[in-house]
Amino acid sequence: MPASKRTGSGLVRLITTPTFGPLIVLIVFCAVFSLATKTFLATGNLSLVVQQSVIVGTLAIGQTMIILTAGIDLANGGIAVLGTILAGRLVAEQQNPVLSLLFALFICTSVGFTSGLLVSRLMLPPFIVTLGLLGIVTAITRLTAQGGAFPVTDDLLSWTGNAFGVGDTSITYGMIVMFGLYAVVWYLLTQTAWGRHVYAIGNNREAARLVGIPVQARLLSVYTSAGLLYGIGAWLALGRIPNADPNALQNANLDSITAVVIGGTSLFGGRGSLWGTLIGTLIVSVLRNGLTLTGIDPLWQDLITGILVISAVALDQISRRKQR
Amino acid sequence: MTTDASTKVTLPPKGTVVLEARGVTKRYGQVTALDHADLELRAGEVLAVVGDNGAGKSTLIKILCGAVVPDEGEVLLDGKPVHFRSPLDARKLGIETVYQDLAVAPALDIATNLFLGRELRHQGPLGTWLRLLDKSRMRREAQHEMDQLKFHLPSIDSAVEKLSGGQRQGVAVARAAIFARRLVIMDEPTAALGVRESGQVLNLIRTIRDRGLAVILISHDMPHVFEVADRIQIMRLGRRAAVTTPQKRTMSEVVAIMTGAARGDEPGEGNGAG
Repeated sequence: MPASKRTGSGLVRLITTPTFGPLIVLIVFCAVFSLATKTFLATGNLSLVVQQSVIVGTLAIGQTMIILTAGIDLANGGIAVLGTILAGRLVAEQQNPVLSLLFALFICTSVGFTSGLLVSRLMLPPFIVTLGLLGIVTAITRLTAQGGAFPVTDDLLSWTGNAFGVGDTSITYGMIVMFGLYAVVWYLLTQTAWGRHVYAIGNNREAARLVGIPVQARLLSVYTSAGLLYGIGAWLALGRIPNADPNALQNANLDSITAVVIGGTSLFGGRGSLWGTLIGTLIVSVLRNGLTLTGIDPLWQDLITGILVISAVALDQISRRKQR
Repeated sequence: MTTDASTKVTLPPKGTVVLEARGVTKRYGQVTALDHADLELRAGEVLAVVGDNGAGKSTLIKILCGAVVPDEGEVLLDGKPVHFRSPLDARKLGIETVYQDLAVAPALDIATNLFLGRELRHQGPLGTWLRLLDKSRMRREAQHEMDQLKFHLPSIDSAVEKLSGGQRQGVAVARAAIFARRLVIMDEPTAALGVRESGQVLNLIRTIRDRGLAVILISHDMPHVFEVADRIQIMRLGRRAAVTTPQKRTMSEVVAIMTGAARGDEPGEGNGAG
């Protein structure tokens, strides 16, 4: 949750805010890279950093909601790829682009709904449910694609890649969509009863049930809306690269978990914030971009990301243990 | 979910029977957990329910709070028969339950925990259309209630996990006190607590009773029972063996009735069972 402006020392509150650490890491990386290379701070480059984070950044919103309920989603990348293939194929077969996109969104949402049903009604572990769905969805994707990747040239489907200039910064509609989604889900998570229930379920599911929170319905709504977000992620992916590729986004599930964890959200559920996830996504993106610009072998990116993930989880564990 | 903490239903006058169980029976396969048990609870009293393990006290309590549906017998609230199918049904009729295993969400703050599942929304379009929570009103009311209950906590904004066990249980008890309109059921509320912390919770129980609510206290701890109970119901073999008061009987006599070593057959005390 964002730093509060309530009673007491604002500084202490700021430092103890879970997003404070990730924010410092992001600022430090930006500072280091802007000292190392002049091109990093160029507005065109900063815009690129954000553009490159749009897909994983959007998938990570759904991932954050699910991890907050003490779940995990391994299928999000697979669901988004299915979305790109479905929309792309329908348009290639001369279907109405609007209906094609809506159909893809509907299917992605339905997959989310299915995992929600399995997790909430049958009480199956989210890890297994989404692992199984990843396999199923990937198979359907390959069957639908009938072979390899194909170009998607429709204006609506690639609209999110269009850009407009503000000064000399180019801003894509995809960036606007992603930030808009962050704002909406932030509102739901922090300003509505629904959001409090999501945190409470991840915190102490039994207590949530005992105080009368409809746990099953809340879980179902979380997984279903995550599915819709993955569908929107598919649209953003077509904007980035106007190509429907059944083999794309294979690491997106782990990348989104990385972003959530680096952003300070606990894998055990119930604590964390959506802004942390946005910062986590940007950290990974800045790292990749900065290392490329400075001419360092991009393999270092994976190494540093790995260290960040382990540190973030270690910090979470230590702070949780202290509370005992 | 629109329950307003400030709207209190007028409580029945002290001494009237608010909750009654008549001949409730519950069998689990071959085992009869509860065998035609009775219970009477009056407004403004603390009724302790004691009994050995397996005496049926937790089954009886689960029936009263809606967690278990009885096979036979009836439950009457204000003299009218009620049929609870879930704890939510009981809660809607003003019955709140405090569980022994600290049913709170540790990472959330006190005010959030107090209003969990019953959040207050902004009045007007912000609340109706955007479902915006009225956080400041919830904080204000939470603080007000804590002051009323004379239960002192560091800050209404601190996370529950930063509190001691007694303070956490205090939050759970306060939540019940805020929303209960008729009675509060407490299942071993001091079981996980130290001496001083138990004292805080027992004080809370008295405060709630003095507000005119009825309290059912299930406890193994005889000193605690004798400290706060107005009447004591002793369960044995799935039935009510006796009802007495801390003035009429000593602790060892109550234990003797619990274990069957003595009979609770004092006139006007037992119900003829056993």
